[in-house]
Order: sequence, then C-alpha cells, then structure tokens
Amino acid sequence: MSERYIARSSSIAARMMGVETMVMSALDSTFFSLNEVASVIWEAADGTTPLSRIVSERVCRDFDVDADSAARDALEFVEELAKHGILLVSEQPIITPAAGAEPTA
Amino acid sequence: MSTGTVAEPGIVVDIGNLPILLRSDDAQLREMLHGRYRGFVASGRLPDFQLQIELHEGQQELDAEADVEVRRSGDGWALRRGDFAATWTNQSGCGRVLQSRNPYAIDSVLRIVHSLLLASRGGFLLHAASAIRKGRAFLFAGVSGAGKTTISGLAPPDVILLTDEVSYIRRGPEGYRACGTPFAGELATSGENLSAPIAAVYLLEKGEQNRIEPVEASEGLQAVLRNILFFAEDQELVNSVFQSACDFVSALPLHRLTFMPEERVWELIT
Repeated sequence: MSERYIARSSSIAARMMGVETMVMSALDSTFFSLNEVASVIWEAADGTTPLSRIVSERVCRDFDVDADSAARDALEFVEELAKHGILLVSEQPIITPAAGAEPTA
Repeated sequence: MSTGTVAEPGIVVDIGNLPILLRSDDAQLREMLHGRYRGFVASGRLPDFQLQIELHEGQQELDAEADVEVRRSGDGWALRRGDFAATWTNQSGCGRVLQSRNPYAIDSVLRIVHSLLLASRGGFLLHAASAIRKGRAFLFAGVSGAGKTTISGLAPPDVILLTDEVSYIRRGPEGYRACGTPFAGELATSGENLSAPIAAVYLLEKGEQNRIEPVEASEGLQAVLRNILFFAEDQELVNSVFQSACDFVSALPLHRLTFMPEERVWELIT
C-alpha cells in the first residue's frame, strides 16, 4: 500500500480538553472529539511524517495496540476527517504553512 | 441661516451592559422600539455603539424567513436578510440598517451585532433559557422544542427570568455572567434586565422523570456549539467562538437535565 502523509487543515478550530482534542470545521461547523489515540495522530500530522511512522513510533509506542489494527484504524480515522476537509491526505509530503514549511521563491 | 444645531432622535438599548443607540427619524418606529425594548432602554447612559435605522417602504413583500448572510466588509461586517440590509464598522462601533417596518428585523440585527461584539470579548449568545435564583444564574440550553419555554414557565416565584430563548453570556475577570435579554421565545415576555454569575449549565431533555446527570466535556462542548447563535462563516470568527466555547465548558459545570413538565423540576435547581 502506498504511503500517506497527513496535515491539519487551516480551516479548522481545535483545542485539547483533557486527553481529548476538540476539532471543528470552519467550513461546515462539523464537530469531532478525538480520543487519546486520535489526538496523538492529530498532533503528529505535520504533512511530512508518513502515517506509517506516526503509527509505529507514536501510537504503537504509547498505547497497547498491535501494529496491524493500529494502521487500519489510523487510516480509517484520517479518511473520515479528510472527507470533511479537516485533515489533508496525500501520497506525497504536504508542504503547507501550517506544517512549518518555508515559502518557496 | 441655520446654526446647524440638530437633536437627532433615538433611544439607547442597553443589553448585556453594551448600550447601543438606535437612531431613527421615524416617530412610529421609535415608539415601537420603546415598547419592544422596554426594560432595556437606558435613559441615563451614553451609548458605546450606534445604529442608524432607515425604513425601506418599497412595495415588494420582504422575506423575514430568508437565510441571514453575514460577511466581512472592509473594517466591519455586512448583514443581510430578506427584510434588512445593514453594515457595521468595528472601529467606529457604528452601523446603518435599511429595514422594513417589522420589529423582527431590528431584533435580528441586534442579535447579530451583539454576537459580533461578544465574540471579541469571550462571550456569546446561546439558545438557552436563563434565570437567577439566590443570586446565581442557571442556564437551560436546547434547540427549539427542548423545553426552554416550558421550564421557564414552571419557574417558582423566587426565580427571576432572564430569558426563555436567547441567553447573553459575558466573560469578565470574575468569570461568566448571564445577562437578561429582551429576546423572547414562546413565552413572549422580555427577560429582566439583570445579571448574575453563572452557577451551572443544563442541557435540556424532556423525559419521564426529573433527573440530573453529568455530561462529558466533548458532549457539553458539542451541545454548546450547536446552540451558540453564530452567523458568519469566517475563519477568524469561528476560531474565536470555538475557543470561547471551550473556555466556557471548561470553567462551568455542565449537566443533562431530563425533566417532566411539572414545577417539582425546580427542586433540583439550587
């Protein structure tokens, strides 16, 4: 399966509350509360770290979950948020100002 | 030759301690505003903001049910619905309203302007009844049909009703306060022009018994966001209101109040 890169959209409002992350789309006001695992993926969505690495280095390290299930759940999660424009998903690294990229000349 | 001295007629409507001068040359409209906002008309207070109202007397039937459109325009906002068009300038705190003679137009403009003013102050308008009991305010939030008017109508005599429809939430150095509003629901009664620190927020649900349950932060936040009066699809404003809602939910106890339409439900509100 091809690699996925994920980045947070700039058209959202988000806030950590306890161990959950509250996210709302500024486009259609869709609201999501992300659990602890989803919050870890959300925080790591810098556009340049492959999803597989986020899962192996963050999710599997911090939570008691097997690699296959974690990868499957993570992909389902990012595709759901991508449908609402909350996460950007690409097979190439995503260079956005939000991901800390320098503007190109 | 005229000296140019002009006294322009208007009334100051003070909702949530943000007094707005409503100016109009039309005596009939001013009389209507006096009646509608009775209890919120400030006689001895200089306004912080003002709206100049002009009447649209066209033949065309205006549609008060049309969707509200609020968009940024220069240093301010442009507001439009079937029965009004308005502009608001942030820096000057002044606006102009072109509206039909119906009272719902200026009511809606005031709700929008107050929601914009509150957004930069950590507050908001919420679809909720609110009331003061023993010096503390209680909010009862819910969409249409959730029971806001019902629970307001069941309030015992020691309860002061602030509104049965739209609650006014202000954030101050000492926390959140609920202020009375003239924005009435089915009760068709203006709230008292008073305010009190908010003690608790209840998410209303009609049921077979009276009970109070805690709600998770995420559920509470979602419910609050669903009930905030919010008009502009603007990234900066969405973010501001979202952060205000998060702060509000973090600062106050939120509960689900399931209730039957009987006075005893107020025994739970202390």
